[in-house]
Amino acid sequence: MSAGWFALGPVGVALAVSFAAAVVAAVVGVFTVLRGQAFAGHALGDISGAGGAAALLFGIRPLAGFVAMALGGAAAMALAGGRRIAERDLASGVVLGAGLGLAALFLYLDATMSGAGGAASTVMFGSMFAIPPGMVLPAALCAVAALAAMAALARPLALIAVDPDLAASRGVRVRLVGFAHLAVLALAVGLAAMSVGAVLATALLIGPAAAGLRAARTLPGAVALAAAIGVGASWGGIGLAYESYGWSLGWGGRHGWPVSFFVVALVVAAHAGAGLAARMRG
Amino acid sequence: MFAAFMLDTWAAGLIVAITAGVVGWFVVLRGASFAAHVLPLGTFPGAAAAVLLGIAPSAGVAGFGLAGVVAIWALGRRGRPEVATALTLVMLLATGALLLSWTDRYAAQVYALLFGQVLGVSRASLGGMALAGAGAVALALAGFRPLLLGAIAPDLAAARGARPAAWEFGFLAAIALAAAVAVPVVGALLTFALMVGPASCGRAVSARPAVALAASVAIALALMAGSIALSYLTNWPVGCFAGLGGAGCYALGRALL
Repeated sequence: MSAGWFALGPVGVALAVSFAAAVVAAVVGVFTVLRGQAFAGHALGDISGAGGAAALLFGIRPLAGFVAMALGGAAAMALAGGRRIAERDLASGVVLGAGLGLAALFLYLDATMSGAGGAASTVMFGSMFAIPPGMVLPAALCAVAALAAMAALARPLALIAVDPDLAASRGVRVRLVGFAHLAVLALAVGLAAMSVGAVLATALLIGPAAAGLRAARTLPGAVALAAAIGVGASWGGIGLAYESYGWSLGWGGRHGWPVSFFVVALVVAAHAGAGLAARMRG
Repeated sequence: MFAAFMLDTWAAGLIVAITAGVVGWFVVLRGASFAAHVLPLGTFPGAAAAVLLGIAPSAGVAGFGLAGVVAIWALGRRGRPEVATALTLVMLLATGALLLSWTDRYAAQVYALLFGQVLGVSRASLGGMALAGAGAVALALAGFRPLLLGAIAPDLAAARGARPAAWEFGFLAAIALAAAVAVPVVGALLTFALMVGPASCGRAVSARPAVALAASVAIALALMAGSIALSYLTNWPVGCFAGLGGAGCYALGRALL
């Protein structure tokens, strides 16, 4: 990592941070989709918003806030979860409600105490061109840690996704691996929230992964395709948002459209396209 | 706290709490927390469009809510399509953000629609709220026996000719109507907490359905009144107390159960 990274302009920072977020979210997302935990990923994204808002209030790094709150939410969900699926959904939902209550409070305090009037839209829907250049290095470090953890977890997770009983008989510690996956999921969600916003983090986590799983025939192929789609959608979204400053569409005169809107739209389009490709192939 | 300008707020809180208490009890009973989270959140672009066009948010919320009911009902017949639902939801949210970015108060509107603004209720909107709330409660109570039976013994309900699919649709419509009442007041994100928290505590009070339902409504009323009062005293947002209080209700219910 050379010193040149710190001299990047807003667009360069957005490209760098969104690259890290998209790759990690896609890799972790493939296993999240395989294990049917899309709702948990979505809930963790929403909860991480409280951390992002608290970070603005206390003047710490937003990424640290997002990741810490997502980790706390993951721990609370793991502890509160019941046996039955309906009860587990209910417990996750209640943890989600408490996290959102905190987010409401911190965002209110951001706006009134520290004068960060744009906090609500920045934290919940992202504001990629406003990421400070100092975030590039922490985001890269987080990404490397998450990818290293996934490299170690990939085989046992794939085994558990196929057949939990078989995995247990082969000596995989199912609960431990499950919890480690939840922790890496929190890291990925925090990075994605930093890039496209807390309530839209699901898009980077689930969309490219599901598209990769639809279109590729093997698991490594799906992971690679998901990462490519995630990065393509993020960079394409940044390019379109940059272009949109010149458009005169919309009310209130000329200003750019939100980057996150373009990223989400491209992700959803890629998911639909992958479905179409898979159907045509038969 | 009971000054003239607060009366509309108290009236709105009363309507929201009764609606959420009744509909929420059926949500917990039927294990429908996924739908109860997704439906109110999916109305976000409707509320955003209403803000952009300068019409009442409830209208936009109700319209998107009913469209969401059809989508969830249709998707739900093909198993549990988590990925499709999650992607539809983020697309709706991103569209809402785009619409709000065209207004001149982007961040403030995002906050109001996601987390609610209880002091923003106008007297003119109370009539429509009461009507939608009454509709949601009537729909849920009309389906009391079939919904109860469908949750406890789906096979028996089908054998008795209780058309579970039709009642499922009516139930989702009741959630959408409840969202139209609650979203402008407590926000798209926290409507869920208000529905599920009191109800999950109410079920611990009694094993008899009618008593548990009444308890759920009473707890929702207490939570809403407490949230408004605390919000008035501290100036903190009402959604903060509703969300944390809802989680407290659930923890209390788990301890009692």
